[in-house]
Amino acid sequence: MRRFFARNAPAYVFLLPWLIGFFLLALGPILASLYLSFTRYDMVNVPEWVGLDNYVYMFTRDRRFWKALDVTFTYVALAVPARLIMALGVAMLLDKGLRTIGLYRAIFYLPSLLGASIAIAILWRQLFAADGVVNQILATFGIQGASWITNPNTSLYTLVILAMWQFGSPMLIFLAGLRGIPRDLYEAAEIDGTPRWRQFTRITLPLLAPVIFFNLVLQTIDAFKTFSSAFIISNGTGAPADSLLFYTVYLFNEAFKFFRMGYASALAWVLLIIIAVFTAVAFFTSKYWVHYENERD
Amino acid sequence: MKTSATDLDLAIQVDEAARVAHAVKLRRDRRERNGRILKHVFLIGVSCVMLYPLFWLLASSFKPENEIFGSLTLWPSEFRFDNYTAGWNALPKSFTVFYMNSAIVTGLSVIGNLVSCSFAAYAFARLQFTGRSFFFALMMMTLMIPYHVVLIPQYVQFLKLGWVDTYLPLVVPRFLASDAFFIFLMVQFFRQLPRELDEAAMIDGCSPFKIYWAIILPLSLPAMGTAAIFSLIWVWEDFLAPLIYLNDIKSYTVPLALRLFLDQEGKSAYGQMFAMSVLSLVPVVIFFVLFQKMIVRGIATSGMK
Repeated sequence: MRRFFARNAPAYVFLLPWLIGFFLLALGPILASLYLSFTRYDMVNVPEWVGLDNYVYMFTRDRRFWKALDVTFTYVALAVPARLIMALGVAMLLDKGLRTIGLYRAIFYLPSLLGASIAIAILWRQLFAADGVVNQILATFGIQGASWITNPNTSLYTLVILAMWQFGSPMLIFLAGLRGIPRDLYEAAEIDGTPRWRQFTRITLPLLAPVIFFNLVLQTIDAFKTFSSAFIISNGTGAPADSLLFYTVYLFNEAFKFFRMGYASALAWVLLIIIAVFTAVAFFTSKYWVHYENERD
Repeated sequence: MKTSATDLDLAIQVDEAARVAHAVKLRRDRRERNGRILKHVFLIGVSCVMLYPLFWLLASSFKPENEIFGSLTLWPSEFRFDNYTAGWNALPKSFTVFYMNSAIVTGLSVIGNLVSCSFAAYAFARLQFTGRSFFFALMMMTLMIPYHVVLIPQYVQFLKLGWVDTYLPLVVPRFLASDAFFIFLMVQFFRQLPRELDEAAMIDGCSPFKIYWAIILPLSLPAMGTAAIFSLIWVWEDFLAPLIYLNDIKSYTVPLALRLFLDQEGKSAYGQMFAMSVLSLVPVVIFFVLFQKMIVRGIATSGMK
């Protein structure tokens, strides 16, 4: 017993801050959140147990919940592929024989690094304003622009374009992945006279599949959690006409504007389940399209 | 005789193969040279599109108010610095206060992250203990959980502790290794260090703490640097947590202060808003320029292996 203690004590001393944090900031709140999701709770009165009411209301009567899901899924479906295609395309251009790669890499990554800033969200609002830069550029081509941000039909696309602009971090990961593909595969393909397009589909894509998978999962989870830019651009409300009512913006407002903490907790759990299901599906289907190096031999 | 004939055959074949390879190489070189010029033209074009919004922001911050909208040219007709001087004091509190606040929150958070995450990472990567893989799996699971799930109970908890409107909710979690991402990053790095170092030190009678302090940390400066830079930038840019926990203007961080400009709309102080936006990005850009290598490596390796 004493030896058991002596062997483990030092490790647990090192682990102590994390352990405290895990119980107080992760496990405790997760369980509390699950409990609160079955209650009505306004922060003033004690939580009142309402069973499945929050969830039933959410799925059957809350039109804004469905709107938020619609907005978020549309955004994920457009922004993630757009960003990944940009990232892979540019990474492939940068990968081969460029001496100035460092400069380009820096330029392309900078928007991603700054992307979470409120300053960028503010900038984006002005770029797509009715009298903003985008419309002026269009005007020089004789095209009559729209009021992108205030028109519910176009507002979401301004955020998709923002997401595309920030392709830097998946690009860096793609670059690292491309570097791992042995050059002689391409050389052999050259000698065999394989056209570029087939080299891409037969060598690059399959060997890059693990990296694509990694980026896809990471970027999708991130996209589901988009908050700051949507919050700033929509004035914190999801306006116009709820077209920017991202899931997290809706959750924030339910919790911290209307103090429906119980309902907001239920919303948070649904988000958790959506992300978990997506991740699980990605992992289970991945064995059909992702092959890892060490599995082959 | 027979063997030497096959040798000759082989030599001819090798020679032939080399010649084909060389021809292919020449052809490829020529194609690549043409391709490279095209590629640069394209990449420079993309670079311009990528940078234009940032330059537009920078240029607008020097322009007189009536010039910001209405012209695409980046160069202001006259450089005005009053957007900066006026913007600095345009809000109920001056930006001196907001920058101090952001510096305090960011500085403490970075220290907290480095200390607590390297502690946990050292235990996971270098020490044997009962329950290690169990806790490691839990740690990895917390990486997946969206912040929004813990947000509400944490808020209630901190409200009851009387911590709302202080920096404690922003800083204390960082001392409790709440950013599991950094633990993971450090575990990956610590694992690469040779085991023999610890063993030798152990035989010399070093305590685990001594090993952590005198061997692991000094060898892990790149990982520590990467974690420091990332946590610095992320905390500096963080909007959600300050938005929730800070209500009093005098405790606002820079991102919250920037948002105040939006609420003042109608006063049309765009130049000032842009000037302060530019200033809010300056620290991040400086760190990016200084630590570009670390940042690139950090992105490329985190979670890759």
